[in-house]
Parts: sequence; C-alpha cells; structure tokens
Amino acid sequence: MEICDLTAAELGRKIKSGEIGVREAAEAFLDRTDKTDKTVHAYLTIDRKSVEKRADEVQEKIRSGEYDSPLAGVPAAVKDNICTRGLKTTCASRILENFVPTYSAEAVSRLENAGTVILGKTNMDEFAMGSTTETSAFGPTRNPWDTDHVPGGSSGGSCAAVSSGECAYALGSDTGGSIREPSSYCGVTGIKPTYGTVSRYGLIAYGSSLDQIGPIAKTVEDCAAVLDIISSHDPKDSTSTERSYGFSKSLSDDVRGLKIGIPGDYFTEGLDPEVAKAVTDAVDVLKQKGADVEKFDLGYVKYAIPAYYTIADAEASSNLERFDGIKYGYRTKDCEGLHQLYKKSRSEGFGEEVKRRIMLGSFVLSSGYYDAYYLKALKVKALIRKAWDRAFEKYDVVAAPAAPSTAPKIGESLSDPMKMYLSDIYTVSVNLAGLPGLAVPCGQDSKGLPVGIQFIGNCFGEDKILRAGYAFQKEYPYRAPHLTEKEAR
Amino acid sequence: MSKEYETVIGLEVHVELASRTKIFCGCSTAFGAAPNTHVCPVCTGMPGSLPVLNKKVLEYAMAVGIATNCRINRYSRFDRKNYFYPDNPQNYQISQLYLPICHDGFVEIDTASGKKRIGIHEIHMEEDAGKLIHDEWEDCTLVDYNRSGVPLIEIVSEPDMRTSDEVIAYLEKLRMIIQYLGASDCKLQEGSMRADVNLSVREAGTEKMGTRTEMKNINSFKAIMHAIEGERKRQTERLEDGLTVTQETRRWDDNKESSKAMRSKEDAQDYRYFPDPDLPPVLISDEWIAKLKDAQPEMQEEKMERYQKEFLLPASDAAILTSNKHLADIFEETAAFCGEPREAANWLITEGMRLCRETEVDADGMRFSPANLSKLIKLIAGGTINRTTAKSVFEEIFRRDADPEKYVAEHDLKTVNDEDGLKKVITEILNENPQSVSDYRSGKQKAMGFLVGQTMRAMGKKADPQSVNRILKEELEKA
Amino acid sequence: MGKNAIDDETIDYVGILAKLELSPAEKEKAKKDMEQMLDYIDEMNELDTSGVEPMVHIFQTNNVFREDVVTNGDGHDDMLKNAPEVKDGAYKVPRTFAE
Repeated sequence: MEICDLTAAELGRKIKSGEIGVREAAEAFLDRTDKTDKTVHAYLTIDRKSVEKRADEVQEKIRSGEYDSPLAGVPAAVKDNICTRGLKTTCASRILENFVPTYSAEAVSRLENAGTVILGKTNMDEFAMGSTTETSAFGPTRNPWDTDHVPGGSSGGSCAAVSSGECAYALGSDTGGSIREPSSYCGVTGIKPTYGTVSRYGLIAYGSSLDQIGPIAKTVEDCAAVLDIISSHDPKDSTSTERSYGFSKSLSDDVRGLKIGIPGDYFTEGLDPEVAKAVTDAVDVLKQKGADVEKFDLGYVKYAIPAYYTIADAEASSNLERFDGIKYGYRTKDCEGLHQLYKKSRSEGFGEEVKRRIMLGSFVLSSGYYDAYYLKALKVKALIRKAWDRAFEKYDVVAAPAAPSTAPKIGESLSDPMKMYLSDIYTVSVNLAGLPGLAVPCGQDSKGLPVGIQFIGNCFGEDKILRAGYAFQKEYPYRAPHLTEKEAR
Repeated sequence: MSKEYETVIGLEVHVELASRTKIFCGCSTAFGAAPNTHVCPVCTGMPGSLPVLNKKVLEYAMAVGIATNCRINRYSRFDRKNYFYPDNPQNYQISQLYLPICHDGFVEIDTASGKKRIGIHEIHMEEDAGKLIHDEWEDCTLVDYNRSGVPLIEIVSEPDMRTSDEVIAYLEKLRMIIQYLGASDCKLQEGSMRADVNLSVREAGTEKMGTRTEMKNINSFKAIMHAIEGERKRQTERLEDGLTVTQETRRWDDNKESSKAMRSKEDAQDYRYFPDPDLPPVLISDEWIAKLKDAQPEMQEEKMERYQKEFLLPASDAAILTSNKHLADIFEETAAFCGEPREAANWLITEGMRLCRETEVDADGMRFSPANLSKLIKLIAGGTINRTTAKSVFEEIFRRDADPEKYVAEHDLKTVNDEDGLKKVITEILNENPQSVSDYRSGKQKAMGFLVGQTMRAMGKKADPQSVNRILKEELEKA
Repeated sequence: MGKNAIDDETIDYVGILAKLELSPAEKEKAKKDMEQMLDYIDEMNELDTSGVEPMVHIFQTNNVFREDVVTNGDGHDDMLKNAPEVKDGAYKVPRTFAE
C-alpha cells in the first residue's frame, strides 16, 4: 500500500517502528500533492523547504524519545483560518492575503508538540462563510471523487486533501456544518467536538459561540487520535471547558443496547432519496449489531437555520470589524481620509458572500431590530437546545444525514444563496446547541458521489458517537476515490 | 422679564484602575513605555485572539461599588460596543451595558446648605482605547496601543448636581474614596480620571429635563468649573432667545473659555451592543461580597475618628489631613517616626498646604519623605534650630526632599545658645539704639519688637527667639 | 417581495455601520438578498417565545479569570510585523478628527 493510502494511525505505527521515515512520509504526501493538487486545489500554501526541515527535526526527536505520541511524524494539513506561526494564514480572503501570524493557534501548538509535520494550509470558503469552498478568493477546490463537483465547505480544502491522499489527516473548523458536510461530500470522516473542547485561541473567529476546530481523516480511529492531541482546557480561551478527554479509549465495536434515535422530521421532501436510503441502511447496520433504533420527532427543525444565520452573522459582523487595513492585512491604495480607508479596504478586500453576511449581521444588531431579530434568535436557540435535551433523555446517539444531497456541481450553488443556506439544515442546530457531531461515509449515490451519515451526541458525549461511528466503520471501511476513474468514464 | 433657569448636571467619570496588567491580557499597564511595547495579540485585535478577564479588575470595581453604597449585580456580563476608530483595535470595545457590575448607589457631599446625596446610576468595567498621536509633519495620525486594554471603570451619576461647586465636591469625594481603596491614583491631569459632563437647563420649578449636551475629557477641576459656567450660560441664552438646544458633544477649550460642537464623525451612533460571546458571565456570591467588605481599608471617616482619638487632634485638623489619602499617609508615617503627631499635623496643615498652593499642586504633589519631616521636627524639639529657621528648612524638604540634618550642617543654621555671647550682642544693640531703649522705657512696647528684630539680624537668625526676648527684657529692665 | 422592503436609505445606513461601500449594482443585489433573508428570518416569529430566556452561552460556566500578573513582554516587533504602514514604532493612519 502506498504511504498516502495508509490511515494516520497505521502511518504513525510504522514511523514509530522505523519502517517508514518521517522525511519519507512527508515527501510521499508532497509528491502526491504535486500530482493531484493542480486539479483538486486543496492547498493554498505549502512551504516545501520548511516541511523537509521539520521532518528531519521530528525524526530526531522521535529517535531520542522526546516525541512519543501515536501520531508523531505523521504529516497533516491545517485549514487556512487557523493561525500557524510563520506560515501565511489567509482565511481564503484578499484582506489577509499576505498575513503571516507571529503566533500559532493552541490546537496547532499541541499538534507540533506531539511531533506533527504540518504540510501546508488548505483552501476554504472565505472566512468560513459558505458550504462549497466556492467563495474562496483564490479559486474553488474540486471534489476528488468528481472534479466537476464541489468538495463542500467551508473546510473543503481539508476534506479534499484527506480524500485525495495529499495529507494523512487535516484540521478543519465547523460553525454550521463546515467539517461534517464536506466530510460527507468527500467520503471522509470528520468530527466537530462539543463546544469548548478544542481551544479557539488562534482560530480566526466567524461565529464565536458556534465555532469549533475538529479533525478530518480517513477513519474514526484517526479522528479520535487527533482529538486526543488537540483537545485541552486552555486558559487563553475563556470559553474552553474543563472536561474528560481520552477519546481513543472510547472506541469499541460493541453497540449492543446503544439507543439510537432518528429524527423523523429530518426525512422530508427536501432530502434526496438516495441519501435518505444510504443513511437508513447505515442505521440498520448498527441495528443488526445490537443497537436499539427508534424514530422520533426532534421539533423546531425549520427554525434552526434562521436562528443560526441571525446569530452567526451578527457575531461575524462584529468579529470581522477588526479587518480595517490598519494593523495587518489589505489596505486600499487610494483613499482620502480615515473613513475612506475603512470603506475601501474592506469593500475591496472582502468577497461578496462575506459582505452579504456582515451587512445582515450589522442589520440584525442595529437599534430597533435587536429585539426582533437577535434576541429572538437567542430564544429560539434556547428552545432548540431544550429539544435536544429531551432527545438525549431517551437516546445515546441521534443519527441523521449530514447534508440533504450529495455534492452539487461547481457553479450551481452561488446564484441562490438561500438555497445554499438551506443545505445546512441538518448541521446548524448541532452548533446552536453546542453538541458533538461525527460524519462518517456510508454509501455512494448513483453518480458515484459519497454520502455521509451524521452521529450526534449530547454535550460531552463524544464517547458514544465515536463508538457508533467506529462500529459502523468496521462494516463500511474507508474507500478512496480514484481520480483516474473519472477519466476512464 | 427673564425667567429663572435651573442647571441639571450629570457626570460620567472614567477611572483607570491600578492593576498591574490590562483587563483582558497579561500586558503591563506601567506608564511611559515606548509606543507599542506593552502589546500582544489580544490588545491589538489580532485575528484569533481572545480576552480573559483580570480578577483584580473585577475586585476593584466591586470595592468601589461597595464604598459608594451600590448594589452589586450578582450576575454580570460583558457586551461589545461596536464602532470604527483607530484607537480601538478590534473596532469594538468590550464594555458592559445590559448587566453592569454595580448599580443604584450614592455619595454624600457637603454643600452650602448641608449634606447632599448624589446618586450613582451604575458602575461598569470596560477597556481603554489606545492613544492617537497627531503627526504635524506628515498630516497623519500615529496609533499606540500601549493603553489599549487598560482597565477602566465608568461611574455614571444621576443628574443630581445643580452647580459647578457640587460637581467639584462630587469629583473630590469620588477621588478620595477611590484613592483610599487604592483602586486608582485618580489624577485628572494624567488622565487616570476623566470626567464627561452632561448638562442641560430648564425653567426653575419644572420637572421636564431640557436637551442635554455632553462635554468630554476636561482635564482639570478649574476647567470643569469654567466649562460648566460657559455651557450653562450658552444654553440659557439660547432658550431665552427662543432657540433650542441641540443634543451634541461639545469640546471645551479652556484657553478660549468657550466650547464648540465637535465635528460629527461619519458615524451613526448605533453601537449595536450585544453580549460578548467570548466572555462567560461573572457570578458574585454573598461570601465574596462579604470578603471584600471585610478587606476594605480604613476609609476617610474612620481615619478621621481615629486621628482625634489616637493623636488627640482637633476635628478640623483631622478633616484636613484625611481629605487626601497621600497626605494622611505622610502624616501617619511622620508621626510614627518622630512621635510628635501634633507637630507633624501642624507642619503639614500650615506650611505644607501653603507651599502646595504656592506651587499649584494638590496634596498629591507632596513628594518628600516622612523621614525627613520627622528629622526636622526632632531638630526643633531638641532646640537645634528655631522655628523661623525651621520654616526655610521645611521649604527645602518640600521642594527637593532635602535631608534637614545635612542642610542645617551645610548652611550653619544651628541656633546659638551661648547666653554670654547673646548678652554681648544685645548690649551692643542697646547701645546702638538709645532712642528705642528710651521709647520702650516710656511705655512703647513696639520698640521691643524692633530691638528683637535687630538682635535676630545681628545673630543671623540663629538665636532662639525666646531667649532673645528674655535677655532683652532683663537688660532693658536693668536701668 | 415579502414584508421586509429594504430601501436605499437602509442599505446606506448598514453600509456606514459596517464600513462597506457598494456600487449601485451591488446595492440593488444587496437589497434583494437582505429582503429574502429577512423574510426567512421572520419565520422565527411563528414560534411563541414568551417567557423564554435568550440563551447567550451554552454552558453555565462562570467566573473564568486570570491573575493580575504580567505575562507578556515587549510585543513591539511581533505586533507590527504585518502592519501596512508604520512610522516611529506606531501604526500610521490618515489624520483623525480631534477627539
């Protein structure tokens, strides 16, 4: 098997045993990237020289015993809204085109202290605003399963990189489904942990009460291993929670008696029948393995999206105010006076979708509308949280689709933003309630495009969803796309 | 016939707290550093940075609330105030609008007509902005974020004040309370205390409030008084002319003694306040409040009582000494060193305050060490120098913290106590001034003063006045 | 068009708040987009939320503090590294109005 086709865990073991060298592994992924990324365009930044230097350094520290994590030496990619010291971090936006942070995100520091070799930064929707990676200012990423289709978003670059074997695993971020939806479109595994599990320090904020960093990899086992490394209670992040960790320990093939609920109100006419079938078949697999499966009504399903967009855009409109051309980032060349400096730098630097959301967010917070929109959305959020609480009184895990369809074609989605927003229907309420959500590949549609199933847990209930995903994956192991198949067709 | 108008004044006072670090990050708040050195990703608004609340700031805010009779909000939160300005690195300020830490308190001030309560509407915590330095050469502005994130409390009064005297009394009371708590040094000139004045006028006897204007950042008590007078006059004249007052922010120019409307920024004043999602709320327990109450240092009233009981000072002296924490500290330390509290009190109240007025500083401007004042008092007590000499030595202590023992030695100021030498000089003086002698003997007491003065001059002021008087009298009565 | 008619004045106002400048064509599109989104957001009014507390934070975490200890040193070089225009160790901006 090629190095690029190994899981991160397998690669980690072989590096530890000395069977594969760190430099060898890094170069394998870089070579693969050279071949496929011209088409896929998963990466925005790769600094080959730094990678080689780091690989050698990591090899030395593995030899000396300083790095002994199970994933030491394993090469990974990082979504470009997560700060990496000395490595350009752009959020796929012109306004940060040349921004090089002098500090790393906590999650990145933790990866580095565990001996990770960071290969580069991956493409995304601009400022994580989008579901297809088409709002990137630097061109879209293509789905490795069919390059005429989107990889999903906003972590499209990270998911495509894993799927096409351009890295062993990647970090993404999820505010309304941005790890889970592209994972399901690209046939990879991704998890958004409970809010507060991974420090947000260094994650360039979109919706502060909703954002979480999470791993994307080939398998549940890999995701759990990465989560073990990047989770922490960080004093630099006031929303970081104190909780139990040890996610890899919860992996087990035993789902006997695991209570799984399926929200009947998710299976409506907006859901593609092929996706619905793949998801219900997947749940059946777990039923065969001893899980108790039951249908229930979640409630408030249609209100999750308006609540989400109101809250996310309001927070984003404030979080993005700092981009003003003064301290860092893009600054307009021609302006007379301060206010033109602000207006032109921002209008020239931000893309259309970002501007749209900033405007809506400013509006819903503005005087006269705050109560009707923002406060109302926070009340709806409370109701949605209560609905989930009720569900988890009865069930250990809720199983659902990750998206209403498989990956759309490139260029299809942007003309109708509302339609694009509606495709977040199964993912946003998980962020609103702060719950963990795991996306696992479970089938393919008639076009051959991947379908993912989403396992949703109660707050701090990663152990249960990881168990469900792990047990399922034993029956439906990871499949890689074959780019050459498209050419053969 | 012109109507009677009443002035209604409310104050928003910003106080820089004395914590070592900023409110949301571990950068130093020390004054005077080179531009942009006390900075980090948090206080410069770098992408991905997050705030973490400094516990000391919260405790100072609560202490001020407790000392001003406020209710402490058991559940308090931070909100973002959104507006674009270069001194604001995130282009939002983290402040508190919906659930400030303290509310509904008061302070008592002394007015001509007795004690008056000035209500405090609320006190909240917020972060300070950076500094804008206008560059004259290039017609641009330079931004320094050292001050960005320095912790502030904003104390919002009720519009209970009616005259500039009341405003000054209120500010002095607040300053004293906060200085006593050690929460801030409250220096108007240095900007650690800033007052925004909200003023409106209305016909005397009416309930409805007039339109108010705001005057910001006036940085001396004198300028505040002028500003209030000026604005009161301006608004009254407008109303008398049948015009209306526009709600606006005005800038007071103390040199021109006039104000003008500030150019409106191209900005709607719509701050879009919303709860900051990066900061969890604070929950204040009864135990915590009780602990802070217990830890409250001795405040002005207690100290005043103690000075009267422990040092047997008259109430008026105790009042003056305790009116300023720094002054009280100097007094107590001096008294501790020399064991002569009444002496210490006298020197500080008479000569000390006189020199303050002369050098146009307030009591905070006394920069000498209590050890030196104590030495001076001991020198007098031991008869080494007389009081007249002591006064000029005190001035040296005041101006440059001179060591009195050294100074007296260097300038040969010791009192001469040699009786025989003194008698000789006096005999000479009497011989040189026969007219004065006969004047004295014929009942003109004034002549004595002249002769004393002559003797002191001859002695180079080193004589002990009591001895001079005694010996002169003896000699004069000998005839 | 739904109940939320957005006029030019509103778009201009929001532009001032957000410091964004839109071309006439962009403005037209922005108006339509915003109307559509607000119509959709209005659906939340179908829910009776009387008596429901707005939920700001998901968890009941309170009192997250740091101690008053200096932990940062001289941040000058790092913080100014990405600054577009610098003079005398400070960020340079066009002349601001007297404040």
